[in-house]
Amino acid sequence: MAPLVSFARRAASVLRRVIGAPDYERYLAHVAHAHPRAIPLSREEFARDALSRRYDRPGSRCC
Amino acid sequence: MRVLSAVGWSLVALAGAGALGVLALRRGENVSAAWLLVAALCTYAIGYRFYSAFLAAKVFALDDARATPSERLSDGRDYVPTNRWIVFGHHFAAIAGPGPLVGPTLAAQFGYLPGVLWIVIGVVLGGAVQDMVVLCASIRRDGKSLGQMAKEEIGPVAGFTALVAVLGIMVVLIAVLGLVVVNALKSSPWGTVTIGLTIPIALVMGLYMRWVRPGRVLEASAIGLILLVVALYAGRWVAQQPGLASTFTLSGKTLAILVMAYGFAASVLPVWLLLAPRDYLSAFVKIGVVLALAVGILVALPPLQMPALTQFTDGSGPVFAGALFPFAFITIACGSISGFHALIASGTTPKLLERESDARMIGYGAMLMESFVAVMALIAACALTPGVYFAINAPVAALGPTVQTAAEAIAKWGFVVTPTELELLARQVGETSLLSRTGGAPSLAVGMAHLFSQSLGGSSAMALWYHFAIMFEALFILTTLDAGTRVGRFMLQDLGRHAWPAFGRTNWMPAVVLSSALTVAMWGHFLWQGVIDPLGGINSLWPLFGIANQLLAAVALCVATTVIIKMGKARYAWTTMLPLAWLIIVTMSAGATKLFSSQPRLGFLAQAHALQAARAAGTLPPGVKSAGDLTQMIANNYLDAAVAAFFLLSVIVILLDSAREWWAVLSGSKTPRSTEVPFQPRAFAAGD
Repeated sequence: MAPLVSFARRAASVLRRVIGAPDYERYLAHVAHAHPRAIPLSREEFARDALSRRYDRPGSRCC
Repeated sequence: MRVLSAVGWSLVALAGAGALGVLALRRGENVSAAWLLVAALCTYAIGYRFYSAFLAAKVFALDDARATPSERLSDGRDYVPTNRWIVFGHHFAAIAGPGPLVGPTLAAQFGYLPGVLWIVIGVVLGGAVQDMVVLCASIRRDGKSLGQMAKEEIGPVAGFTALVAVLGIMVVLIAVLGLVVVNALKSSPWGTVTIGLTIPIALVMGLYMRWVRPGRVLEASAIGLILLVVALYAGRWVAQQPGLASTFTLSGKTLAILVMAYGFAASVLPVWLLLAPRDYLSAFVKIGVVLALAVGILVALPPLQMPALTQFTDGSGPVFAGALFPFAFITIACGSISGFHALIASGTTPKLLERESDARMIGYGAMLMESFVAVMALIAACALTPGVYFAINAPVAALGPTVQTAAEAIAKWGFVVTPTELELLARQVGETSLLSRTGGAPSLAVGMAHLFSQSLGGSSAMALWYHFAIMFEALFILTTLDAGTRVGRFMLQDLGRHAWPAFGRTNWMPAVVLSSALTVAMWGHFLWQGVIDPLGGINSLWPLFGIANQLLAAVALCVATTVIIKMGKARYAWTTMLPLAWLIIVTMSAGATKLFSSQPRLGFLAQAHALQAARAAGTLPPGVKSAGDLTQMIANNYLDAAVAAFFLLSVIVILLDSAREWWAVLSGSKTPRSTEVPFQPRAFAAGD
């Protein structure tokens, strides 16, 4: 069971990143690694922030 | 080993050349789509293996020991080192849209040969080069955007011109895509209901991701995909209820207003509610459809019914006006070379790359993939009989109102289709009529329905496949339209804040509403003119879009050439100057033709004059419904002419500004100074 769950997790992470969805877990990992004393954004704040970054500038979508 | 590899690659080259030979030379009998696939895949393989390697090694000297922005600026949000296969998928989903599907379908009026040659050769020497070089330039500059690079590499004049030109191009792009959707849904209750339902589906997903299970994109997408299937069947159910069906049988004008209202809503509403969920859904559908199309074509391997060349290469074609040169080369933009990709390649993508060498697979490789999508769209269009193809894609003005008049008109062009066949086909796909469904989406949908029902058995499923295809095309298009409107709004606010600071505040509701309304009004005007145009609108708008898109590519290649020259690699500047020269030739001649041709169906000014003459004589040209429409059409033609002139002038400005810079560096009056971020070694453990 365990390898199956881990595979599903990885697959989900791949799908999320392909469609450009925010990946909160990776962000947490980044903050923990690079800025261990900083307080990371909450899941909701992070999602909001990611969306506005994505849609507020050209170069996110094509014909 | 080297010998084996040389032999292998020689075989690939021979196979590709042989397949191209068959396509070019065989006449009088139907060629199998297999030849087209072999020709395309072999050319891509050679281009990728040798030319992209050349660009990587010689021009940019990509170095895996050099840290990329994703590592140097890693912030866990924009700059994230990401596995190259994931970046490839992400980049492909961002660059692929309706463009490579519609362009080749329209260009099929010249026969399959011009399309396939331009797609396959254009991408290897032009489009993929542009994408890769812009990506590399951006990676070496912290992921800077094309506009910023234009300003810093060439100069402020080029930078500002590029900014305004991008906004103009965006407006034309959105209008023409909106028109494609309107034409596909006109008098089609099934399509209208299915597409209409995708909006509440997105809202449900948005609410789910916000309140029910925050941030669970995949769960919401799964729900969305299931609901899409429900929407497909709901549309069929509505179309079968006479009372309901007539409620949802909408005219072009009504649909145009609805599309504008949607664009406005998407720009004003919070992103999480509408835009983001649609975008996720569309990305899944996009990848799924591309795979399905590939499987369908591989299984069916349909014969190409369209001749290699039709008589319309002389410019008399009904789908759009203009001769093979230069109009084949602007009709097919995405798939061969698309300026819009330069915005993506200098947007999100460069901030994700883990290694410099990944730029080859992502810049060059993903564009080859998009080109392959264009080849598949061309196959789907050419697998229809020419009679059916022209019945769907020629405007009312050319075909007349009924299946009888259409069959007669098509017979005059030398193709055979009977009125009964046209009626039967419309019934099979669950529509009342397929005549004059210009814009390319319906004919592609018929082509796909044809392929899928062939490879998966049974013509009973044709109607479902047709509406499935319409649904996904409209889904892509509306996703470009809504995101584009929002981006247009931000660009407008950014430009306007110099005149009125409060207008630039992106979270101040009055400014948001005003700038969104202005953006929608700009593209909405072009959409409206397309809807009332008796020639179908696509006729004048698609060439305008093609010119705009190719001109953006010219801008990108100007920037790329400047970067290469300033890097001290002037001897390799031909790699970008070659496609640049071709694009300048093509767009300048197409633009000049659209402006100054004396034929009313080709030149904007000539058409304005012809319409004015009709108004002076007190007559209405065929297909024009009222004197008011006539007056508006005259104004529209002048506007189109002005827009075309503006695009051409922008490119001349940027080209001259670039040439000045190139000359300064090459003549030695200015020392080449690279603006690259200095080398920093890469920490090898990063990423996954």
